[in-house]
Amino acid sequence: MSTNEEAEGRPLASYRTLDIAVAIFFLVVCAIVMVDSLRIGIAWKANEGPQPGLFPFYIVLAMGIASLVNLARALPHTEEGAEAAVSSVGLGRMAAIFVPAVVFVLATHFIGIYVSATIYIGAFMLFFGKFPLWKAVVVSLGIAIVNFLMFEVWFLVPLPKGPLEAALGY
Amino acid sequence: MVRRGMSKVQGIAAVLAASACLASPSLAQGWEPAKPVTLVIPAGTGGGADQMARFIQGVVQKHNLMKQPLIVINKAGGAGAEGFLEMKSSANDPHKIIITLSNLFTTPLGTGSPFNWKDMKPVAMLALDQFVLWVNNEKPYKTAKEYIEAVKAGTDRQFKMGGTGSKQEDQIVTAAVERQTGGKKFTYVPYSGGGQVAVQLVGNHVDSTVNNPIEAVAQWRAGQLRALCIFDAKRSTYTAKVTDKEAWGDIPTCKESGLPVEYQMLRGIFTTKNATPAQVDYYVDVLKKVMATPDWKEFMEKGAFNQTFMTGADYEKWVESAQTQHADLMKEAGFLATQ
Amino acid sequence: MDELNALIGGFAVALSAYHIMLMVIGITLGVIIGVLPGLGGANGVAILLPLTFTMAPTAAIILLTSIYWGALFGGAITSILFNIPGEPWSVATTFDGHPMAQNGKADEALVGAFTSSFVGAIFAVIMITFLAPMVAKFALKFGPAEFFAVQFLTFASFLGMGRGTAFKTLASMCLGFALASVGLDGMTGTLRMTFGQDELLNGFKFLVAVIGLFGIGEILSSMEDGLKFNGPTAKLRMDAVIRTWKQLPRMWLTFVRSCIVGCWMGITPGGATPASFMGYGIAKRLSKQGKNFGKGELEGVVAPETAAHAAGTSALLPMLTLGIPGSPTAAVLLGGLLIWGLQPGPLLFVEQPDFVWGLIASMYLGNVVGLIMVLTCVPFFAAILRVPFSIIAPAIVVICAIGAYTVNNAMFDVWMMLIFGVMGYLFNKLRYPLPPLVLALVLGDQAESSFRQAMLVSQGDISVFWSNWLCGGIMTLGLVMAFWPALTALRAKFAGNGVVARPA
Repeated sequence: MSTNEEAEGRPLASYRTLDIAVAIFFLVVCAIVMVDSLRIGIAWKANEGPQPGLFPFYIVLAMGIASLVNLARALPHTEEGAEAAVSSVGLGRMAAIFVPAVVFVLATHFIGIYVSATIYIGAFMLFFGKFPLWKAVVVSLGIAIVNFLMFEVWFLVPLPKGPLEAALGY
Repeated sequence: MVRRGMSKVQGIAAVLAASACLASPSLAQGWEPAKPVTLVIPAGTGGGADQMARFIQGVVQKHNLMKQPLIVINKAGGAGAEGFLEMKSSANDPHKIIITLSNLFTTPLGTGSPFNWKDMKPVAMLALDQFVLWVNNEKPYKTAKEYIEAVKAGTDRQFKMGGTGSKQEDQIVTAAVERQTGGKKFTYVPYSGGGQVAVQLVGNHVDSTVNNPIEAVAQWRAGQLRALCIFDAKRSTYTAKVTDKEAWGDIPTCKESGLPVEYQMLRGIFTTKNATPAQVDYYVDVLKKVMATPDWKEFMEKGAFNQTFMTGADYEKWVESAQTQHADLMKEAGFLATQ
Repeated sequence: MDELNALIGGFAVALSAYHIMLMVIGITLGVIIGVLPGLGGANGVAILLPLTFTMAPTAAIILLTSIYWGALFGGAITSILFNIPGEPWSVATTFDGHPMAQNGKADEALVGAFTSSFVGAIFAVIMITFLAPMVAKFALKFGPAEFFAVQFLTFASFLGMGRGTAFKTLASMCLGFALASVGLDGMTGTLRMTFGQDELLNGFKFLVAVIGLFGIGEILSSMEDGLKFNGPTAKLRMDAVIRTWKQLPRMWLTFVRSCIVGCWMGITPGGATPASFMGYGIAKRLSKQGKNFGKGELEGVVAPETAAHAAGTSALLPMLTLGIPGSPTAAVLLGGLLIWGLQPGPLLFVEQPDFVWGLIASMYLGNVVGLIMVLTCVPFFAAILRVPFSIIAPAIVVICAIGAYTVNNAMFDVWMMLIFGVMGYLFNKLRYPLPPLVLALVLGDQAESSFRQAMLVSQGDISVFWSNWLCGGIMTLGLVMAFWPALTALRAKFAGNGVVARPA
């Protein structure tokens, strides 16, 4: 596990905040599953054993109890809990890969996975890795083409495609 | 390596396609797929529909029956609803076909998933899959009648029937059989696949099954299972010996053994809703060629399929009546979705 | 000795230049398939199945099983290097394999993984050779209650693992169960937790969750820490094989345990994925090095890999003798056998001895050829870590996206993968252990089905789990495993003052 001593920059969230947030996330999941379990029945029927909702219901009940304990443990202000879990610099670095990844997945809906992957890898190399343009173009195109050959041509696994592939007859 | 194989195949394909054109000139003006065709399987890998679809893919490839590759994908989610919804949502893409089993009818009725066979265009019925009543060979029941009598004499839910899935074909057949048992119910135990069901019967974890022939033929031949009756109007037409003593044709129909229940399962092909007649004709033509191969005939015999081929209006009418039949059966058995 | 003669006959069939060539091709393809999360073993075999229709059945099955061996070997590579399990059964390999790579011992981890895969496979093949008929009978004893007992044992051997607090472990495991229950309930045909969303019909697939939690989560952590995988200075030393092999003999007991667990799980058929988890869990419990597991211990790579490979190989046995596939890949192979005109089942050994013994001989040969191939490639695989991070990072995201997409051919899963990625990062940071979550996700469904099937059979009577010696024995063993931490603590207490209770 990484410690955060070396993480520079402004602290954004403490462990306490994150712990509370995740515990609440668990409780929300718990509530959602419970509602649907009750709809489909949680009884133990005489000849059949449990109804479909029984297992999920008691499982999330246990999860809910555990999360309440986790929440209770996270709530008091402690020295450990006050430590910064995420700093502005760390978050910035993560955003550098994650935000483009979201854009990449979104773009896949429209231009297909191969074109958007080329742009994603190329752009990351160019702006983040500070590679010269030609290297970024060669590497990103190369990866996309190898993937294309592998999935579409050799193994016949259809992946999302866009107008470019359609123009090439795929 | 694969690549090299393909280009060679394509070369032969061109030659064969040329000769095919000479043989059937009507095809020359017809529609041809412009990109690979996807064959959707609304079931998991290894099941009956999966085996048949991959077999068709193999035959198409072996005999070069299509210029574009045929790609098979499994979309089994929600008892096949995922595959059917995919067909529904791509109504304008004629490059998709789907192989059906009874879940075409049972899934929308049983789960309330929003689709209907009318969201697709029927292409052809390939065959009807049979259902056979099986028991373990160590058990004393020699005929269906003896077994049903034993069920009647036993306590309610004493006898366990194994089957694939819940509220699907196996349980529908079970429910139909239950109407002949004087009010005694089976305990229906759903498993995830037909092969597993047959093995559970061999291990005596259930008392009987209604496996499709192809799912249980290996255990039958090994003398571990006994076939009591076949749920069809007539006996099977296959007379070659499968076990030491019996052929498929030697299994009595359930009706003649005093169990008047009939049920068969559609193995058919559909394409997307807005496909033109020319596009449907193309697929019918390919399927006809598949069915003309000796490989197909062998496959049919091994699985004791009822070889009924239907297209066009006949097929549509059959599907329509099967839809009503399933709605009735499921309503009676109380399998309809409550939502 | 009949088996030995038959086997020698089998070698005569399998040992030809043509067959060896097919093995090399198959293993190469298999490794590629295993490395890319988008292509599973089942996938690869299914896709190539039609190509083999024109071949003789023996040649065809050699090609296809070689792909299978290759995929089993290949799954470990991305697990160790990038924390992305290429195949479901290599999830447990990431627990110690990736930390080893971070410590600069990627090559040792790879050699360890490959070697133990080989050992597991050979053990299983030997068992198939000599015990096939007996083992097949044993597999018939497994009904729903017995299946549940085995699944229970898997969970039990894994309880109390990981670094999190007890409550965080519990929450994490329950989340896995909850996610596993989404989709169609196979027992009643009811849709659960789908709320009318078509995308949820298929539920949350194990592979999508795992790619997100492990692969994307790891990328995020690495980015936060500063643009590189920890310890990227994977030294390229050519003596990795010798160095690793020297360490292996002292782990013989782990090998034996994992081989037994693997064969057991392959035959019953529990599958390679639960086998790998159980192998890891048991080794952590019983090995002297157990307390270091999770920090980069070679034994923590050996245990799951041996078990996974033994299970993957012995899964072919129920397929051949009973006609039930022990894994999805075996299911596709089964379809292939039918198409070639072979009927798997009790008579296959009698009617097609040439084919069966040719296949068994090719299992020995295929694994030997495979081991040599992957071992020679270890420096090459380890060198992948030297590729600049700003190329590797986005490339991994792309490969993960492809992998998630191909599970169900749905973009929805790619979005889910990103969300699981954020979850993986947060859980790691807050010390919610991931292994219980993924184990629950992979087994939750099956365990619930088996339990409810057993309840149907017994009419709701819970004592069915102790109704015979087999089932009762496994359940009792499971309970012992579950309370093992408490038992060791108790023993330490009674043993006197000198012994300090180990934290479990």
